Amino acid sequence: MGVFSFLLKSSIGKKIIMGLTGLFLIIFLVVHCGVNALIFMNDGGVLFNEAAEFMATNILIRTMEIVLFLGILVHIFQGLYLVFENKKARPVSYAMTNGNANSKWYSRSMGLLGTLLLIFLIIHLRHFWYVSRLTNELNANETLFDEMKEVFSLLWVVMVYLLGMISLSYHLMHGFQSAFQTLGWNHKKYTPIISAIGFCYSIIIPLIFSIMPIAFYLGWIK
Amino acid sequence: MSGNMNLTLKIWRQKNNKAKGELVNYKVADISPDMSFLEMFDVLNEQLITKGDEPVAFDHDCREGICGICSMHINGRPHGPKHGITTCQLHMRSFKDGDTIVVEPWRAQAFPVIKDLAVDRSAFDRIIAAGGYVSVNTGNAQDGNTLPVPKTDADMAFAAAACIGCGACVAACKNASAMLFVSAKVNQLAHLPQGQPERMERVRAMVAQMDKEGFGSCTNTGACEAECPKEISLVNIAAMNRDYLRANLLDSEG
Repeated sequence: MGVFSFLLKSSIGKKIIMGLTGLFLIIFLVVHCGVNALIFMNDGGVLFNEAAEFMATNILIRTMEIVLFLGILVHIFQGLYLVFENKKARPVSYAMTNGNANSKWYSRSMGLLGTLLLIFLIIHLRHFWYVSRLTNELNANETLFDEMKEVFSLLWVVMVYLLGMISLSYHLMHGFQSAFQTLGWNHKKYTPIISAIGFCYSIIIPLIFSIMPIAFYLGWIK
Repeated sequence: MSGNMNLTLKIWRQKNNKAKGELVNYKVADISPDMSFLEMFDVLNEQLITKGDEPVAFDHDCREGICGICSMHINGRPHGPKHGITTCQLHMRSFKDGDTIVVEPWRAQAFPVIKDLAVDRSAFDRIIAAGGYVSVNTGNAQDGNTLPVPKTDADMAFAAAACIGCGACVAACKNASAMLFVSAKVNQLAHLPQGQPERMERVRAMVAQMDKEGFGSCTNTGACEAECPKEISLVNIAAMNRDYLRANLLDSEG
Protein backbone atom coordinates (compact mmCIF):
# COMPACT_ATOMS: atom_id res chain seq x y z
CA MET A 1 0.00 0.00 0.00
CA GLY A 2 2.90 2.32 0.76
CA VAL A 3 3.77 2.62 -2.90
CA PHE A 4 0.30 3.86 -3.77
CA SER A 5 -0.40 6.02 -0.72
CA PHE A 6 0.27 9.15 -2.81
CA LEU A 7 -2.93 8.36 -4.71
CA LEU A 8 -4.94 8.84 -1.54
CA LYS A 9 -2.95 11.62 0.10
CA SER A 10 -1.90 14.13 -2.55
CA SER A 11 -4.14 16.39 -4.63
CA ILE A 12 -2.67 15.05 -7.86
CA GLY A 13 -3.13 11.45 -6.64
CA LYS A 14 -6.80 12.08 -5.93
CA LYS A 15 -7.26 13.53 -9.40
CA ILE A 16 -5.49 10.53 -10.94
CA ILE A 17 -8.05 8.29 -9.21
CA MET A 18 -10.86 10.43 -10.65
CA GLY A 19 -9.33 10.14 -14.12
CA LEU A 20 -8.75 6.39 -13.98
CA THR A 21 -12.22 5.57 -12.63
CA GLY A 22 -13.71 8.00 -15.14
CA LEU A 23 -11.98 6.28 -18.06
CA PHE A 24 -13.12 2.90 -16.70
CA LEU A 25 -16.72 4.15 -16.63
CA ILE A 26 -16.30 5.50 -20.16
CA ILE A 27 -15.37 1.98 -21.33
CA PHE A 28 -18.32 0.54 -19.42
CA LEU A 29 -20.72 2.92 -21.19
CA VAL A 30 -19.64 1.54 -24.57
CA VAL A 31 -20.50 -2.02 -23.47
CA HIS A 32 -23.77 -0.88 -21.87
CA CYS A 33 -24.75 1.10 -24.95
CA GLY A 34 -23.78 -1.72 -27.31
CA VAL A 35 -25.84 -4.36 -25.52
CA ASN A 36 -28.87 -2.08 -25.16
CA ALA A 37 -28.69 -1.05 -28.81
CA LEU A 38 -29.80 -4.61 -29.63
CA ILE A 39 -33.37 -3.41 -28.97
CA PHE A 40 -33.13 -1.55 -32.27
CA MET A 41 -33.17 -4.97 -34.04
CA ASN A 42 -36.93 -4.61 -33.46
CA ASP A 43 -37.28 -8.36 -33.03
CA GLY A 44 -39.51 -8.11 -29.98
CA GLY A 45 -36.45 -8.06 -27.77
CA VAL A 46 -35.32 -11.63 -28.54
CA LEU A 47 -31.65 -10.81 -29.16
CA PHE A 48 -31.60 -8.19 -26.40
CA ASN A 49 -33.01 -10.63 -23.84
CA GLU A 50 -30.43 -13.22 -24.87
CA ALA A 51 -27.64 -10.72 -24.31
CA ALA A 52 -29.19 -9.62 -21.00
CA GLU A 53 -29.40 -13.25 -19.92
CA PHE A 54 -25.70 -13.70 -20.76
CA MET A 55 -24.77 -10.55 -18.83
CA ALA A 56 -26.77 -11.78 -15.83
CA THR A 57 -25.30 -15.29 -15.69
CA ASN A 58 -21.71 -15.14 -16.97
CA ILE A 59 -19.37 -15.36 -13.98
CA LEU A 60 -16.79 -13.02 -15.53
CA ILE A 61 -19.40 -10.37 -16.21
CA ARG A 62 -20.84 -10.71 -12.71
CA THR A 63 -17.36 -10.25 -11.24
CA MET A 64 -16.85 -7.17 -13.39
CA GLU A 65 -20.19 -5.91 -12.10
CA ILE A 66 -18.69 -5.75 -8.62
CA VAL A 67 -15.60 -3.94 -9.94
CA LEU A 68 -17.92 -1.58 -11.81
CA PHE A 69 -19.89 -0.73 -8.67
CA LEU A 70 -16.64 -0.13 -6.80
CA GLY A 71 -15.45 2.13 -9.61
CA ILE A 72 -18.70 4.11 -9.59
CA LEU A 73 -18.66 4.47 -5.81
CA VAL A 74 -15.04 5.63 -5.74
CA HIS A 75 -15.73 8.11 -8.56
CA ILE A 76 -18.81 9.48 -6.73
CA PHE A 77 -17.34 9.76 -3.24
CA GLN A 78 -13.94 11.01 -4.37
CA GLY A 79 -15.70 13.52 -6.64
CA LEU A 80 -17.96 14.83 -3.89
CA TYR A 81 -15.04 14.96 -1.46
CA LEU A 82 -12.97 17.00 -3.94
CA VAL A 83 -15.87 19.41 -4.53
CA PHE A 84 -16.01 20.15 -0.79
CA GLU A 85 -12.22 20.34 -0.47
CA ASN A 86 -12.05 22.78 -3.36
CA LYS A 87 -14.84 24.91 -1.89
CA LYS A 88 -12.70 25.21 1.25
CA ALA A 89 -9.81 26.54 -0.83
CA ARG A 90 -11.82 29.74 -1.43
CA PRO A 91 -13.70 30.55 1.81
CA VAL A 92 -14.65 34.09 0.72
CA SER A 93 -16.11 34.11 -2.77
CA TYR A 94 -15.91 36.93 -5.31
CA ALA A 95 -18.73 39.46 -5.53
CA MET A 96 -18.30 39.31 -9.30
CA THR A 97 -16.92 36.55 -11.48
CA ASN A 98 -16.86 36.21 -15.23
CA GLY A 99 -16.10 32.53 -15.64
CA ASN A 100 -17.33 32.34 -19.21
CA ALA A 101 -14.47 34.61 -20.23
CA ASN A 102 -11.90 31.96 -19.39
CA SER A 103 -13.56 28.52 -19.33
CA LYS A 104 -16.58 26.45 -20.35
CA TRP A 105 -19.54 26.36 -17.98
CA TYR A 106 -19.68 22.57 -18.02
CA SER A 107 -16.02 22.21 -17.07
CA ARG A 108 -16.73 24.37 -14.02
CA SER A 109 -19.90 22.41 -13.20
CA MET A 110 -18.64 18.82 -12.98
CA GLY A 111 -19.82 18.54 -9.37
CA LEU A 112 -23.33 19.71 -10.26
CA LEU A 113 -23.52 17.54 -13.41
CA GLY A 114 -22.18 14.58 -11.43
CA THR A 115 -24.81 15.08 -8.73
CA LEU A 116 -27.57 15.15 -11.37
CA LEU A 117 -26.09 11.95 -12.79
CA LEU A 118 -26.08 10.38 -9.32
CA ILE A 119 -29.79 11.14 -8.92
CA PHE A 120 -30.41 9.73 -12.39
CA LEU A 121 -28.33 6.66 -11.58
CA ILE A 122 -30.38 5.89 -8.45
CA ILE A 123 -33.64 6.13 -10.45
CA HIS A 124 -32.12 4.07 -13.26
CA LEU A 125 -30.81 1.32 -10.97
CA ARG A 126 -34.21 1.11 -9.27
CA HIS A 127 -35.91 0.72 -12.67
CA PHE A 128 -33.73 -2.03 -14.07
CA TRP A 129 -30.84 -3.33 -11.99
CA TYR A 130 -32.91 -3.71 -8.81
CA VAL A 131 -35.79 -5.41 -10.62
CA SER A 132 -33.63 -7.79 -12.63
CA ARG A 133 -30.97 -8.65 -10.06
CA LEU A 134 -32.59 -8.35 -6.65
CA THR A 135 -36.20 -9.39 -7.22
CA ASN A 136 -37.90 -12.33 -8.89
CA GLU A 137 -40.28 -10.16 -10.84
CA LEU A 138 -38.68 -10.98 -14.16
CA ASN A 139 -39.11 -14.41 -15.80
CA ALA A 140 -39.76 -15.99 -19.19
CA ASN A 141 -43.10 -14.19 -19.48
CA GLU A 142 -41.92 -10.85 -18.11
CA THR A 143 -38.47 -10.17 -19.60
CA LEU A 144 -36.10 -7.23 -19.18
CA PHE A 145 -37.30 -6.05 -22.59
CA ASP A 146 -40.89 -5.99 -21.30
CA GLU A 147 -39.69 -4.08 -18.26
CA MET A 148 -38.11 -1.48 -20.53
CA LYS A 149 -41.33 -1.16 -22.49
CA GLU A 150 -43.30 -0.65 -19.31
CA VAL A 151 -40.90 1.84 -17.71
CA PHE A 152 -40.65 3.95 -20.86
CA SER A 153 -44.41 4.14 -21.33
CA LEU A 154 -44.52 7.03 -18.87
CA LEU A 155 -43.73 10.49 -20.22
CA TRP A 156 -42.10 11.81 -17.02
CA VAL A 157 -39.72 8.84 -16.95
CA VAL A 158 -38.72 9.52 -20.55
CA MET A 159 -38.11 13.17 -19.63
CA VAL A 160 -35.97 12.20 -16.62
CA TYR A 161 -33.90 9.92 -18.82
CA LEU A 162 -33.40 12.63 -21.42
CA LEU A 163 -32.29 15.11 -18.75
CA GLY A 164 -29.95 12.43 -17.39
CA MET A 165 -28.42 11.97 -20.84
CA ILE A 166 -27.96 15.72 -21.34
CA SER A 167 -26.09 15.82 -18.01
CA LEU A 168 -24.04 12.82 -19.11
CA SER A 169 -23.16 14.46 -22.40
CA TYR A 170 -21.80 17.63 -20.77
CA HIS A 171 -20.10 15.64 -17.99
CA LEU A 172 -18.26 13.61 -20.66
CA MET A 173 -17.55 16.65 -22.81
CA HIS A 174 -15.23 17.84 -20.05
CA GLY A 175 -14.40 14.54 -18.36
CA PHE A 176 -13.12 12.61 -21.37
CA GLN A 177 -10.25 14.91 -22.29
CA SER A 178 -9.73 16.04 -18.68
CA ALA A 179 -8.90 12.45 -17.66
CA PHE A 180 -6.11 12.31 -20.23
CA GLN A 181 -4.73 15.68 -19.12
CA THR A 182 -4.69 14.55 -15.47
CA LEU A 183 -2.85 11.37 -16.41
CA GLY A 184 -0.25 13.52 -18.12
CA TRP A 185 -1.29 12.79 -21.69
CA ASN A 186 -1.00 16.20 -23.29
CA HIS A 187 0.85 16.12 -26.58
CA LYS A 188 0.83 18.32 -29.65
CA LYS A 189 0.08 15.36 -31.92
CA TYR A 190 -2.33 13.35 -29.81
CA THR A 191 -4.31 15.88 -27.75
CA PRO A 192 -6.32 17.17 -30.75
CA ILE A 193 -7.18 13.55 -31.62
CA ILE A 194 -8.20 12.77 -28.04
CA SER A 195 -10.31 15.93 -27.88
CA ALA A 196 -12.03 15.06 -31.18
CA ILE A 197 -12.76 11.48 -30.05
CA GLY A 198 -13.97 12.81 -26.69
CA PHE A 199 -16.31 15.28 -28.39
CA CYS A 200 -17.80 12.62 -30.68
CA TYR A 201 -18.11 10.14 -27.82
CA SER A 202 -19.89 12.70 -25.60
CA ILE A 203 -22.48 13.30 -28.33
CA ILE A 204 -22.93 9.81 -29.79
CA ILE A 205 -23.22 7.64 -26.66
CA PRO A 206 -25.79 9.84 -24.82
CA LEU A 207 -27.67 10.26 -28.12
CA ILE A 208 -28.00 6.50 -28.69
CA PHE A 209 -29.10 6.08 -25.06
CA SER A 210 -31.63 8.91 -25.49
CA ILE A 211 -33.24 7.32 -28.54
CA MET A 212 -34.09 4.20 -26.48
CA PRO A 213 -36.76 5.67 -24.17
CA ILE A 214 -38.07 7.85 -27.02
CA ALA A 215 -38.35 4.83 -29.33
CA PHE A 216 -40.30 2.86 -26.72
CA TYR A 217 -42.53 5.79 -25.82
CA LEU A 218 -43.43 6.54 -29.43
CA GLY A 219 -43.92 2.87 -30.21
CA TRP A 220 -41.12 2.60 -32.78
CA ILE A 221 -40.00 -0.55 -31.02
CA LYS A 222 -42.65 -3.20 -30.52
CA MET B 1 -10.28 66.89 -22.41
CA SER B 2 -12.62 65.08 -24.74
CA GLY B 3 -12.64 61.31 -24.37
CA ASN B 4 -11.96 61.48 -20.67
CA MET B 5 -14.34 59.50 -18.52
CA ASN B 6 -16.20 59.51 -15.25
CA LEU B 7 -16.31 56.15 -13.52
CA THR B 8 -17.88 54.48 -10.51
CA LEU B 9 -15.57 52.12 -8.65
CA LYS B 10 -16.71 49.41 -6.25
CA ILE B 11 -13.59 48.56 -4.30
CA TRP B 12 -13.06 45.96 -1.58
CA ARG B 13 -12.00 47.72 1.61
CA GLN B 14 -10.72 45.68 4.52
CA LYS B 15 -8.75 47.21 7.43
CA ASN B 16 -6.63 44.16 8.15
CA ASN B 17 -6.57 40.38 7.95
CA LYS B 18 -9.02 39.97 10.84
CA ALA B 19 -11.48 42.72 9.94
CA LYS B 20 -14.64 42.15 7.96
CA GLY B 21 -14.40 43.79 4.56
CA GLU B 22 -16.98 45.26 2.19
CA LEU B 23 -17.31 46.78 -1.26
CA VAL B 24 -17.26 50.59 -1.08
CA ASN B 25 -18.38 52.92 -3.88
CA TYR B 26 -16.08 55.69 -5.15
CA LYS B 27 -16.39 58.15 -8.01
CA VAL B 28 -13.45 59.27 -10.14
CA ALA B 29 -13.78 62.01 -12.74
CA ASP B 30 -11.92 63.10 -15.86
CA ILE B 31 -9.91 59.87 -16.24
CA SER B 32 -7.76 59.83 -19.38
CA PRO B 33 -8.07 56.74 -21.59
CA ASP B 34 -4.27 56.71 -21.81
CA MET B 35 -3.85 56.12 -18.08
CA SER B 36 -3.01 52.66 -16.83
CA PHE B 37 -5.44 51.07 -14.41
CA LEU B 38 -2.96 51.63 -11.57
CA GLU B 39 -2.58 55.32 -12.48
CA MET B 40 -6.34 55.61 -12.19
CA PHE B 41 -5.93 54.18 -8.67
CA ASP B 42 -3.23 56.77 -7.96
CA VAL B 43 -5.75 59.48 -8.92
CA LEU B 44 -8.33 57.95 -6.60
CA ASN B 45 -5.84 57.69 -3.73
CA GLU B 46 -4.73 61.34 -4.10
CA GLN B 47 -8.39 62.26 -3.97
CA LEU B 48 -8.84 60.19 -0.78
CA ILE B 49 -5.69 61.58 0.88
CA THR B 50 -6.74 65.18 0.10
CA LYS B 51 -10.07 64.48 1.76
CA GLY B 52 -8.27 62.97 4.76
CA ASP B 53 -9.53 59.43 4.03
CA GLU B 54 -7.48 56.25 4.14
CA PRO B 55 -6.05 55.51 0.64
CA VAL B 56 -6.74 52.09 -0.93
CA ALA B 57 -3.91 49.64 -0.32
CA PHE B 58 -2.91 47.83 -3.52
CA ASP B 59 0.24 46.04 -4.64
CA HIS B 60 2.36 47.57 -7.40
CA ASP B 61 6.03 47.74 -8.21
CA CYS B 62 7.60 47.67 -11.68
CA ARG B 63 4.51 48.88 -13.56
CA GLU B 64 5.79 47.29 -16.75
CA GLY B 65 4.40 43.77 -16.50
CA ILE B 66 7.45 41.88 -15.28
CA CYS B 67 7.37 41.85 -11.48
CA GLY B 68 4.00 40.15 -11.02
CA ILE B 69 3.04 41.97 -7.84
CA CYS B 70 0.01 43.90 -9.12
CA SER B 71 -3.03 41.77 -8.48
CA MET B 72 -6.66 43.01 -8.53
CA HIS B 73 -9.68 41.02 -9.65
CA ILE B 74 -11.36 43.48 -12.02
CA ASN B 75 -14.97 43.01 -13.16
CA GLY B 76 -14.81 39.31 -12.38
CA ARG B 77 -11.43 38.55 -13.95
CA PRO B 78 -7.83 38.60 -12.69
CA HIS B 79 -6.02 41.61 -14.20
CA GLY B 80 -9.23 42.72 -15.89
CA PRO B 81 -10.79 42.18 -19.30
CA LYS B 82 -7.72 41.89 -21.54
CA HIS B 83 -5.76 38.73 -22.39
CA GLY B 84 -2.09 38.16 -21.55
CA ILE B 85 -1.43 41.28 -19.47
CA THR B 86 -0.99 42.32 -15.85
CA THR B 87 -3.05 45.06 -14.16
CA CYS B 88 -0.36 47.70 -14.75
CA GLN B 89 -0.57 46.94 -18.49
CA LEU B 90 -4.34 47.41 -18.50
CA HIS B 91 -5.29 50.84 -19.81
CA MET B 92 -8.40 52.89 -19.17
CA ARG B 93 -9.22 52.81 -22.89
CA SER B 94 -10.55 49.31 -22.14
CA PHE B 95 -13.44 51.00 -20.29
CA LYS B 96 -16.22 53.38 -21.25
CA ASP B 97 -17.43 56.64 -19.74
CA GLY B 98 -19.99 55.91 -17.03
CA ASP B 99 -18.80 52.33 -16.40
CA THR B 100 -18.99 50.74 -12.96
CA ILE B 101 -15.85 48.73 -12.21
CA VAL B 102 -15.75 46.13 -9.44
CA VAL B 103 -12.27 45.60 -7.94
CA GLU B 104 -11.60 42.78 -5.48
CA PRO B 105 -8.49 41.14 -4.05
CA TRP B 106 -7.37 37.62 -5.10
CA ARG B 107 -9.62 35.20 -3.25
CA ALA B 108 -8.03 32.05 -1.85
CA GLN B 109 -7.57 30.37 1.50
CA ALA B 110 -3.84 30.34 0.77
CA PHE B 111 -3.75 34.07 -0.12
CA PRO B 112 -5.05 35.85 3.00
CA VAL B 113 -5.96 39.53 2.58
CA ILE B 114 -3.41 41.82 4.26
CA LYS B 115 -5.34 45.02 3.63
CA ASP B 116 -7.87 46.13 0.99
CA LEU B 117 -6.60 44.71 -2.31
CA ALA B 118 -3.22 43.48 -1.07
CA VAL B 119 -2.94 39.75 -0.38
CA ASP B 120 -0.20 37.64 1.16
CA ARG B 121 1.29 35.46 -1.59
CA SER B 122 4.14 34.05 0.51
CA ALA B 123 2.61 30.59 0.02
CA PHE B 124 4.22 30.74 -3.44
CA ASP B 125 7.60 31.55 -1.87
CA ARG B 126 7.30 28.54 0.43
CA ILE B 127 6.50 26.27 -2.55
CA ILE B 128 9.65 27.51 -4.33
CA ALA B 129 11.65 27.08 -1.11
CA ALA B 130 10.46 23.47 -0.93
CA GLY B 131 12.42 22.54 -4.05
CA GLY B 132 12.12 25.02 -6.90
CA TYR B 133 15.85 25.48 -7.28
CA VAL B 134 19.09 23.71 -8.16
CA SER B 135 21.05 22.95 -4.99
CA VAL B 136 24.58 23.31 -6.33
CA ASN B 137 26.17 26.37 -7.86
CA THR B 138 26.11 25.75 -11.61
CA GLY B 139 28.84 28.28 -12.25
CA ASN B 140 29.18 30.62 -15.20
CA ALA B 141 27.40 30.10 -18.49
CA GLN B 142 28.90 27.12 -20.34
CA ASP B 143 30.68 27.46 -23.66
CA GLY B 144 28.31 26.85 -26.53
CA ASN B 145 27.57 23.14 -27.18
CA THR B 146 29.40 21.81 -24.13
CA LEU B 147 26.03 21.11 -22.58
CA PRO B 148 23.68 20.14 -25.42
CA VAL B 149 20.01 20.96 -24.82
CA PRO B 150 17.46 20.04 -27.50
CA LYS B 151 15.72 23.14 -28.87
CA THR B 152 12.25 21.86 -27.90
CA ASP B 153 13.38 21.34 -24.28
CA ALA B 154 15.01 24.76 -24.15
CA ASP B 155 11.82 26.34 -25.51
CA MET B 156 9.63 24.56 -23.00
CA ALA B 157 11.87 25.53 -20.09
CA PHE B 158 12.00 29.10 -21.32
CA ALA B 159 8.22 29.35 -21.71
CA ALA B 160 7.70 27.94 -18.20
CA ALA B 161 10.31 30.34 -16.77
CA ALA B 162 8.21 33.26 -18.00
CA CYS B 163 5.95 32.76 -14.95
CA ILE B 164 6.11 35.86 -12.75
CA GLY B 165 4.30 34.27 -9.79
CA CYS B 166 1.47 36.81 -9.80
CA GLY B 167 -1.18 34.31 -8.67
CA ALA B 168 -3.72 35.05 -11.42
CA CYS B 169 -3.99 31.29 -12.00
CA VAL B 170 -5.11 30.78 -8.40
CA ALA B 171 -7.41 33.80 -8.56
CA ALA B 172 -9.07 32.59 -11.77
CA CYS B 173 -9.44 28.93 -10.81
CA LYS B 174 -12.78 27.98 -9.32
CA ASN B 175 -10.84 25.67 -6.98
CA ALA B 176 -8.16 28.25 -6.15
CA SER B 177 -5.65 25.70 -7.42
CA ALA B 178 -1.98 26.63 -7.81
CA MET B 179 -1.21 23.88 -10.32
CA LEU B 180 -0.27 26.19 -13.20
CA PHE B 181 2.20 28.12 -11.04
CA VAL B 182 3.75 25.01 -9.49
CA SER B 183 3.96 23.20 -12.83
CA ALA B 184 5.73 26.21 -14.39
CA LYS B 185 8.24 26.29 -11.55
CA VAL B 186 8.77 22.53 -11.82
CA ASN B 187 9.12 22.50 -15.60
CA GLN B 188 11.53 25.41 -15.96
CA LEU B 189 14.07 23.07 -14.35
CA ALA B 190 12.77 19.60 -15.32
CA HIS B 191 13.77 20.02 -18.98
CA LEU B 192 17.29 21.31 -18.46
CA PRO B 193 20.39 19.23 -17.62
CA GLN B 194 21.04 21.20 -14.42
CA GLY B 195 17.59 20.29 -13.15
CA GLN B 196 17.91 16.52 -13.63
CA PRO B 197 19.61 15.32 -10.41
CA GLU B 198 16.81 16.68 -8.19
CA ARG B 199 13.98 16.30 -10.67
CA MET B 200 12.03 13.59 -8.80
CA GLU B 201 12.41 14.88 -5.27
CA ARG B 202 11.70 18.42 -6.49
CA VAL B 203 8.28 17.60 -7.93
CA ARG B 204 7.27 15.62 -4.85
CA ALA B 205 8.39 18.29 -2.39
CA MET B 206 6.78 21.15 -4.28
CA VAL B 207 3.44 19.35 -4.72
CA ALA B 208 3.47 18.39 -1.02
CA GLN B 209 4.03 22.05 -0.06
CA MET B 210 1.31 23.16 -2.47
CA ASP B 211 -1.17 20.80 -0.78
CA LYS B 212 -0.04 21.94 2.65
CA GLU B 213 -0.72 25.59 1.80
CA GLY B 214 -4.39 24.82 1.21
CA PHE B 215 -4.71 25.37 -2.53
CA GLY B 216 -7.48 23.41 -4.27
CA SER B 217 -6.96 20.60 -6.77
CA CYS B 218 -6.91 20.90 -10.54
CA THR B 219 -10.09 20.11 -12.49
CA ASN B 220 -8.64 21.15 -15.85
CA THR B 221 -11.10 23.96 -16.56
CA GLY B 222 -8.29 25.87 -18.28
CA ALA B 223 -9.23 29.18 -16.61
CA CYS B 224 -5.65 29.60 -15.33
CA GLU B 225 -4.11 29.35 -18.78
CA ALA B 226 -6.68 31.78 -20.22
CA GLU B 227 -5.98 34.38 -17.51
CA CYS B 228 -2.19 33.98 -17.20
CA PRO B 229 -0.44 37.25 -18.15
CA LYS B 230 2.54 35.20 -19.37
CA GLU B 231 0.40 32.63 -21.22
CA ILE B 232 1.85 29.65 -19.35
CA SER B 233 0.43 26.54 -21.03
CA LEU B 234 -1.64 23.71 -19.52
CA VAL B 235 0.95 21.39 -21.09
CA ASN B 236 3.04 22.18 -18.00
CA ILE B 237 0.39 20.69 -15.70
CA ALA B 238 0.26 17.45 -17.70
CA ALA B 239 4.07 17.29 -17.72
CA MET B 240 4.18 17.81 -13.96
CA ASN B 241 1.54 15.11 -13.43
CA ARG B 242 3.70 12.73 -15.49
CA ASP B 243 6.77 13.55 -13.43
CA TYR B 244 4.79 13.25 -10.21
CA LEU B 245 3.46 9.82 -11.21
CA ARG B 246 6.93 8.68 -12.23
CA ALA B 247 8.51 10.04 -9.04
CA ASN B 248 6.02 8.18 -6.87
CA LEU B 249 5.89 4.92 -8.81
CA LEU B 250 9.49 4.48 -9.88
CA ASP B 251 11.68 6.48 -7.53
CA SER B 252 13.68 4.09 -5.35
CA GLU B 253 13.75 6.60 -2.51
CA GLY B 254 10.14 5.55 -1.80
